[in-house]
Amino acid sequence: MSIKIGNAPFESRVQDGIKNDFMRKAVSSAQGRFRSGRLVAAEELGNWEEWRTLGEEIRSHTLENLDYYLEQLSDEVSKRGGNVFFAQTAEEANEYIKEVVKKKEAKKIVKSKSMVTEEIGLNHALEEVGSEVIETDLGEWILQLDEDPPSHIVTPALHKDKGQIRETFAVKKGYDKSDRPEELALFAREQLRQEFLQADVGITGCNFAVAESGAITLVTNEGNARLATALPDTQISVMGMERIVPTWEELEVMVSLLTRAAVGQKLTSYVTSLTGTRLEDEVDGPEEFHLVILDNGRSKILGTEFQAALHCIRCASCINVCPVYRHVGGHAYGSIYPGPIGAVLSPLLDGYDDHKELPYASSLCGACTEACPVKIPLHEMLIRHRQIIVERENKAPKTEKMMMKGYAKWASSPAAYKMSTKVARPALKLWTKDESISSGPGPLKGWTDSRNFPAPSKQSFRAWYKERQKGGSYNGNPK
Amino acid sequence: MKVSLFITCLCDIFSTNVGKDTVEILERVGCEVDFPELQTCCGQPAYNSGYLKDSKEAMKQMMRAFRDSEYVVGPSGSCVGMLREYPEVFAGDPDWEEPAKELAAKSYELTQFLVDVIGVVDIGSTFKGRVTYHPSCHMTRILGVKDAPKALLQQVKGVELVELPIAEDCCGFGGTFAVKHAAISEQMVSEKSQHVSETNAEFLVGGDMGCLLNIGGRMAREGKKVEVMHITGILNYRQ
Ligand code: SF4
Repeated sequence: MSIKIGNAPFESRVQDGIKNDFMRKAVSSAQGRFRSGRLVAAEELGNWEEWRTLGEEIRSHTLENLDYYLEQLSDEVSKRGGNVFFAQTAEEANEYIKEVVKKKEAKKIVKSKSMVTEEIGLNHALEEVGSEVIETDLGEWILQLDEDPPSHIVTPALHKDKGQIRETFAVKKGYDKSDRPEELALFAREQLRQEFLQADVGITGCNFAVAESGAITLVTNEGNARLATALPDTQISVMGMERIVPTWEELEVMVSLLTRAAVGQKLTSYVTSLTGTRLEDEVDGPEEFHLVILDNGRSKILGTEFQAALHCIRCASCINVCPVYRHVGGHAYGSIYPGPIGAVLSPLLDGYDDHKELPYASSLCGACTEACPVKIPLHEMLIRHRQIIVERENKAPKTEKMMMKGYAKWASSPAAYKMSTKVARPALKLWTKDESISSGPGPLKGWTDSRNFPAPSKQSFRAWYKERQKGGSYNGNPK
Repeated sequence: MKVSLFITCLCDIFSTNVGKDTVEILERVGCEVDFPELQTCCGQPAYNSGYLKDSKEAMKQMMRAFRDSEYVVGPSGSCVGMLREYPEVFAGDPDWEEPAKELAAKSYELTQFLVDVIGVVDIGSTFKGRVTYHPSCHMTRILGVKDAPKALLQQVKGVELVELPIAEDCCGFGGTFAVKHAAISEQMVSEKSQHVSETNAEFLVGGDMGCLLNIGGRMAREGKKVEVMHITGILNYRQ
């Protein structure tokens, strides 16, 4: 897998989403839970807006000084016996990891949940060298059994309900119990424990790397990251080059924001920090540690108007409040990064060709921007993307371009504008019935397919105003 | 106080009563209202679609139209929100940055103007009915006007104000979005309509005509009897 998922055109993905009642019910109820959870957690913390400002400051300071902190991180990891590899591209990252795995002759690899390894399609790459990769996050494991891509960046199997999960377990793993969530989880845990014990290599992502100490921090709900890092002898962590904080102090702030914003918890159940290889007096931890720091298009964003998109801490708040996401689901975006942040990030990392529809999949309601714990102006970035698609990429439909040219002429000429206020009504007369249009022409059709459109008023406001100045009056309401 | 009315193109052509009510409300609270005829559209349809150059043509016209105004007041959170973003759009433009800043600084949405500038919440209106209020996204999130419309509604004699469930959710209008992504927009507006029904309100009220035409158009299609009104219709009502 890589950033792009599937080849179906955007419109048909949207239709698939809209028609998938199962998915929509699951997503809608999850959004409801997340929403209230986040609000309560934010309130308990107090001064949520100040926390957000602090989060934004930390992120932008770090990004402004990214070179410095990356070097510090790299030095600290090396000092503690780890190996650091900077990968320019997904291929470079995969090659490096394949080499490590080959050298270890690793048969079995356990992975904790990580979006960045989805981004580079690591599982696929590792299967090529004959290793078995097992996802240990419950959601990821379900998707792996089903060969289904994630639809959400925190709860990847959000689109599935418990009945579907039971079915998957039954078909793929011989499960024969009920669809009670506890029973399903217990089954998964039993299966996965076995895998942990047999694994030669553990692979994780990284929520935040602490530059001053070289520590890799993982935030999980299930504690599987802890096992994936504690049990296997060889440990590989993959991180986007922007996932860094200067010191433990900033880490605390960012983790607080992440866990509250993500699922409305004060602390996710498990925060694991991993510092280098196992020392003589330690009982667990890896003998060998590799940190792969991935660029894959990120450095191109630095210094541009989109730099703040790299502040993202992948909490999914923007996704959880997005009404478009609720109705179409994650897969409709055709990117492993769905929702508002996906619509901003996918074209930046992976180009406009495959993702040019995404910036338009938003009503620009701004719910995402309001929810983002690090204040990324997501909806403004979507507008900026649209500008680039129109002006630089020249990918906008011709008819739209002509309409907008016409719009500019109309709106910059008071005479043309005034004329339109007079002719709007007669122009639409053919379609008008009882002061309402229920099946309109041209671009209006999209609207009137599902809702009525009003007929233009008999007299424009400006015409009325002229009359009023000559002594007319308004008798609309009883006085 | 001298106030120039910014009618918005939608209310100029389609929902003209909103403009009439706005004029009368402003006069009732003691303003001297004028209507600069050079005004057209705020530029938002082109701006939000990514047509920066085309949108600037509209914006320049608006700056010309309101050059001499003391205050500019309009019955739309979304369109006034757009005016307030002009300084960012024209940042660094030697000819237009200053006019953009001037216009943004003197522009207000009507309820915001009544409550924050004039300082009234009770303008002596009476309206009988069960009312629910939809806070449009640009009014609340772009312009930051959250409390003023409700504060005004609460003072209207006879109004029974009921909470709209998940009120802050977008209705699916989004300007060109409603046409460009009609299928998604339809899902959003259907959900909004459902929430309105849950309140058993007789009237759905809001401060942005675009959203109201969207929700009202959907509810009419569904055969629902709820009447959709711009907030000015209630504030200018006396029985
Ligand atoms: S953009 Fe903001 S809200 Fe969305 S996932 Fe990233 S940090 Fe969270």
